[in-house]
Amino acid sequence: MLTPFQYLLSGIYLTRYILYSRHELLLFEALQEGLEEEMERDIRVCVMGEDVGHYGGSYKVTKGLAKKFGDLRVLDTPIAENSFTGMGIGAAMTGLRPVVEGMNMGFLLLAFNQISNNCGMLHYTSGGQFTIPIVIRGPGGVGRQLGAEHSQRLESYFQSIPGIQMVACSTPYNAKGLMKAAIRSENPVILFEHVLLYNLKERIPDEDYICNLEEAEMVRPGEHVTILTYSRMRYHVMQAAKTLVNKGYDPEVIDIRSLKPFDLYTIGNSVKKTHRVLIVEECMRTGGIGASLIAAITENFNDYLDAPIMCLSSQDVPTPYAGTLEEVTVVQPAQIVTAVEQLCQ
Amino acid sequence: MALSHLGASASRSSSLLKPLSSALSLRRPISGDNSPLTVETSVPFTSHQCEAPSRSVETNPKELLTFFRDMALMRRMEIAADSLYKAKLIRGFCHLYDGQEAVAVGMEAAITKKDCIITAYRDHCTFVSRGGTLLEVFAELMGRQAGCSKGKGGSMHFYKKDSNFYGGHGIVGAQVPLGCGLAFAQKYSKDETVTFALYGDGAANQGQLFEALNISALWDLPAILVCENNHYGMGTAEWRAAKSPAYYKRGDYVPGLKVDGMDALAVKQACKFAKEHALKNGPIILEMDTYRYHGHSMSDPGSTYRTRDEISGVRQERDPIERIRKLILSHDLATEKELKDVEKEVRKEVDDAIAQAKESPMPEPSELFTNVYAKGLGVESFGADRKEVRATLP
Repeated sequence: MLTPFQYLLSGIYLTRYILYSRHELLLFEALQEGLEEEMERDIRVCVMGEDVGHYGGSYKVTKGLAKKFGDLRVLDTPIAENSFTGMGIGAAMTGLRPVVEGMNMGFLLLAFNQISNNCGMLHYTSGGQFTIPIVIRGPGGVGRQLGAEHSQRLESYFQSIPGIQMVACSTPYNAKGLMKAAIRSENPVILFEHVLLYNLKERIPDEDYICNLEEAEMVRPGEHVTILTYSRMRYHVMQAAKTLVNKGYDPEVIDIRSLKPFDLYTIGNSVKKTHRVLIVEECMRTGGIGASLIAAITENFNDYLDAPIMCLSSQDVPTPYAGTLEEVTVVQPAQIVTAVEQLCQ
Repeated sequence: MALSHLGASASRSSSLLKPLSSALSLRRPISGDNSPLTVETSVPFTSHQCEAPSRSVETNPKELLTFFRDMALMRRMEIAADSLYKAKLIRGFCHLYDGQEAVAVGMEAAITKKDCIITAYRDHCTFVSRGGTLLEVFAELMGRQAGCSKGKGGSMHFYKKDSNFYGGHGIVGAQVPLGCGLAFAQKYSKDETVTFALYGDGAANQGQLFEALNISALWDLPAILVCENNHYGMGTAEWRAAKSPAYYKRGDYVPGLKVDGMDALAVKQACKFAKEHALKNGPIILEMDTYRYHGHSMSDPGSTYRTRDEISGVRQERDPIERIRKLILSHDLATEKELKDVEKEVRKEVDDAIAQAKESPMPEPSELFTNVYAKGLGVESFGADRKEVRATLP
């Protein structure tokens, strides 16, 4: 028997559920939805990349868009990353808002000059005359035995470029939100997706929403230790968190999402609460995002730390093809559990 | 050349000096007028995969006098920059354009400010021809606030957004894909305008050029690639760098035109032709056969890889300003004294601009951090020191 109060409460929840309705989709569909909505909203948004048009995108992120918006807005490029990224930047200088897709993030290394010198710096060297509202996106990260050249994590290479913003999506909700925010931003944004996360399923809101480009996401509040992670490693961390909770620990998990600039506000508040930090990332240890994050936290919050910051990253090796070796290259949940236990001693 | 101030009869007697002119030779005031004049280019155009335009160029006295003045201004500006560099007021890299002025001036005469121009680092004169002021040039070269990029760009980063001048790029060849992107944006907005993407004979060997050309030809973009062939890629002569120095032919399926880049009228004719072509048929390559008197940059004497005789030979026979001067004098559009007065005037203008630029202050220290990101536009979001979580739709 429910009390009148409980009836009232359930009524409120039901109303909210109906009012804020949701639909279920996969991560690549969320990206596609975000892209499509922005293309409808603003005629200046266009997409360029290899096989994005007639083929529908190698990961189906641009499926159906060419048919809907035509060949001038969804452009199939030849295999020429350096030049089509440069063309995207040139078009952005005039006010168009291109979304450049690297079929695999690793291929964007061929466009490094354009991304670093033109994309990042033109706003500055022109004294503010030009903005470059371009979005460069693509899947990266270690997949399932794709080999060394197709398992690259470029966030560590691009992080020094002044003038760009970098974000990494990890759920359908933040994928759509970050895609839309990146397109609307006047700054060049690199959106890092992950090959293995495209088929994640989630219910996302029907209404229009965006995610803040510079904000981190609180995945699981806790008291004992702050675990900072992003992209696919978030799921390894959450898996480890289950084990840790069973063992009596209370980890706070934050998906940093914004790789450049870091959301030091959220991170700082967490450090001040828990006093212990573990970083779990997929890029390599040397010169990686974790390395920069350790420096940033130590500079700003050293007084609040009870223990040195621990950083779990991938090994500093090219990703091997053999499955067993590849597994050891990236951080696994068991290692995360061990690290937390060590940190909390 | 003290020709009398008599009427038409005087002109007919000196018609030997005037090929194909439609004879009005009452002495006109120095500002000239718009009565038509036809002049032949120095050499005919050579074409690849297209019909070359005619050698006869329509012009008028006003235009010729404007050419003279503009080129004299550019020449003076570059020489002044040379002195400023040696006086250590300009630092870093300084790539001078003297000798190549005809390309900038001729191109500007054929197009409007709605057409886009993008070039590499030898950009001072192109910036001026697009409407930049001398003060902006010298202040930027000296790193002062009054510079076109607020002193933060330097010699290689001149831009003028309101007249569609997109720079100003330091990395060889990287501006060509950008230029094709500009052409793409023009096609996207159905502007009926074109983009001129300039590059040098050194950059002609860059892969990204061919990539961009392929895409432009595929997508029918109104892109005109202009190779300013001054025959030396820094210290390497073109025959040592390129197996095929016929840069206008390198487009293969893309038509090309070879132009005498020291003849401003030929450049004007070629650019007009190219604009019409690009709007109808997609990309075209123009090769401007030109020459730079200075070395590659101020740190290059320019004489270790070529002889002084070669430089002075070109100066004597092909100098663009002298060519226009001879044309003006032979058509009786101004006296020699008047032209010398223009040069004096221009010199004074340059000196005044330098004095004014020297007075402009260095940028404030806070300027170090401005314009890194565009703030306050697009999505409203807060930095790391925000007090509350917020993301609002613009």
